[in-house]
Amino acid sequence: MTLNDLKWIPRGLCLGLLAFAIFGPLTNLVLWAVTERWYFPHALPLEYGFTYWAKVFSPRGNATVSLLTSVMIACLTVVVSVGLAIPAGYALARLKLPLRGVILLLLLIPQAFPNLPVYVNIARIFYQFGLNGTILGVVLVHVTHGLVYAVWIATAAFSAVDGELEEAARSIGASAMRTFVDVTLPIAAPGLLASSIFVFLESLDEFTGTYFVGAPDVSTLPLLLYTAGSGGNYQIASITALVLLVPSIAFMFVIEKFLRADVLSKVGR
Amino acid sequence: MGGYLEVAGARVSYGELEVLKGVDLSVAKGEFVALLGSSGCGKTTLLRTIAGFHTPSHGAIRIDGRDVTREPPDRRGMALVFQSYALWPHMTVDQNIGYGLKIRRVGAGAAAARIAEVRALLGLDALGRRKPGELSGGQRQRVALGRALAINPDILLLDEPLSNLDARIRLTVRHEISALQRRLGITAVHVTHDREEAMVMADRIVILNGGEIAQVGTPQQVYNQPASDFVAAFMGAENVIDLDVLAGGETLIVAEGPHNRRAALSRQGRDLASGSAMARFRSEAISLVDARGSDGEPGPGVLQLEGVVGQVSYPGGLWRHVIHLGERTVMVDAEHCFEAGTAVHLRIRDDRLYLFPRS
Repeated sequence: MTLNDLKWIPRGLCLGLLAFAIFGPLTNLVLWAVTERWYFPHALPLEYGFTYWAKVFSPRGNATVSLLTSVMIACLTVVVSVGLAIPAGYALARLKLPLRGVILLLLLIPQAFPNLPVYVNIARIFYQFGLNGTILGVVLVHVTHGLVYAVWIATAAFSAVDGELEEAARSIGASAMRTFVDVTLPIAAPGLLASSIFVFLESLDEFTGTYFVGAPDVSTLPLLLYTAGSGGNYQIASITALVLLVPSIAFMFVIEKFLRADVLSKVGR
Repeated sequence: MGGYLEVAGARVSYGELEVLKGVDLSVAKGEFVALLGSSGCGKTTLLRTIAGFHTPSHGAIRIDGRDVTREPPDRRGMALVFQSYALWPHMTVDQNIGYGLKIRRVGAGAAAARIAEVRALLGLDALGRRKPGELSGGQRQRVALGRALAINPDILLLDEPLSNLDARIRLTVRHEISALQRRLGITAVHVTHDREEAMVMADRIVILNGGEIAQVGTPQQVYNQPASDFVAAFMGAENVIDLDVLAGGETLIVAEGPHNRRAALSRQGRDLASGSAMARFRSEAISLVDARGSDGEPGPGVLQLEGVVGQVSYPGGLWRHVIHLGERTVMVDAEHCFEAGTAVHLRIRDDRLYLFPRS
């Protein structure tokens, strides 16, 4: 046995640690989701079962309503964000604005400030307009956040559409609008789909803004998770977290399938 | 009224840079015109200006007497075939070809018939359901052409559509396109940097240089009667020598120089004053004779140069000689090989010699 044969040990240890760091918390989450009774000093749950799942999804539980609210808010956020990002991204990609880079950077600036003061101020302003505690208010907060991703990715998606493809349509008789609908939009669609997915996921996970603007009238899954977690109700918190994971994982596969490398490479150009 | 398509004094600038410096061009209905020039001469800009993708700062574009200078590209009744083909990757071959018909709200039955007709015309019969990504370069080129032809355009604009093809395919496609254009009677403007392509395909050639038209004429005219030194060089008369010319009436007397005999040439409409002149000629337009076997007198209307063979190579067909005339070198193609170091006489008939005043 030589020293070379032992080389796998440090590598194996590193991989093991990495795997533990990634899968450890997830395992804990899954365990808690199927636990009936589990207390110190036991290493594993004492009793397994699905009674909490039934509780979470019972008509009287808040999870179903919160889930529906979350999905509705996320969908509305996608519609508004992408609806604004399509013209904005197209203009940024096509008009060769000298300030294009500056504008894209400016869009990032709100993200540079700490979230909390921003949302507290938004909540104060929304209060004057009666937007606090309404779905519309929460959607608007999510849009301020999601628009950045949407515009960046839409700009990249439109930049990847060769201008000659549009000119080819113009030259054989298509109006500018028709060209956009028939040629530009379908070719940019995978990128736009990716940007919708990002916005959807961001909205689904968003907590701070929802908390300040929406709570307690609008309850989304992250708010439910927070309430359950801070109340020591780990089963409900874990189940909610698992439910939140589903769309994220599903969309990761979609992105992998649809988002072409040449679109990704143009992000921020 | 002039031609069917008219460009009148068109000037186009990109910012500070003026790319077209006042171009006048008239194309008759059914004519095939080639815009020929090296890269950066403004030929593509001129084509795109005709198509409507650039607006001239001065001048006008007219089709059949109608001023279209300010009209958007989709209202000009033209179709542009791009160098990159610009096929829409998300549409099949049929959808690409049929798009112009869809825009024109042609009924489904009539459109399908027209698409089938265009496909048959271009030999794309089996490929209707393919996407552009699944086609070879030559097939894409034909789809791009078919997409333009499907709408029966008044004017077909071709932006170097052959330059991305293999050399062998290019030769056949050349003939296919010009045969098609003649058969359908379409007015066509073709941009190319390939001299031979322009010569073979076009009824008339427009040679552009630095944003201006250097010469317009039939292939024979621009080849045999170049209007300027630039055109002569561009059309392949690469050999250049200096001569002293005495102009008088119908004859031009070339004074004896260090490497040439005195010669009397006929004027043949050349606009030339007495003084220093530049002479250009093609490497194949010369008869080469050994100086020792030469009978001395080249005969009337023939210019004789005297030089020494520097290098010989065989590119195929004819022997190519590099000949030193003092400091100048010229290329001469001959049927027989003259070895390096041989003293030779170069005889050029005056109709093959292009003379321009030295600028």
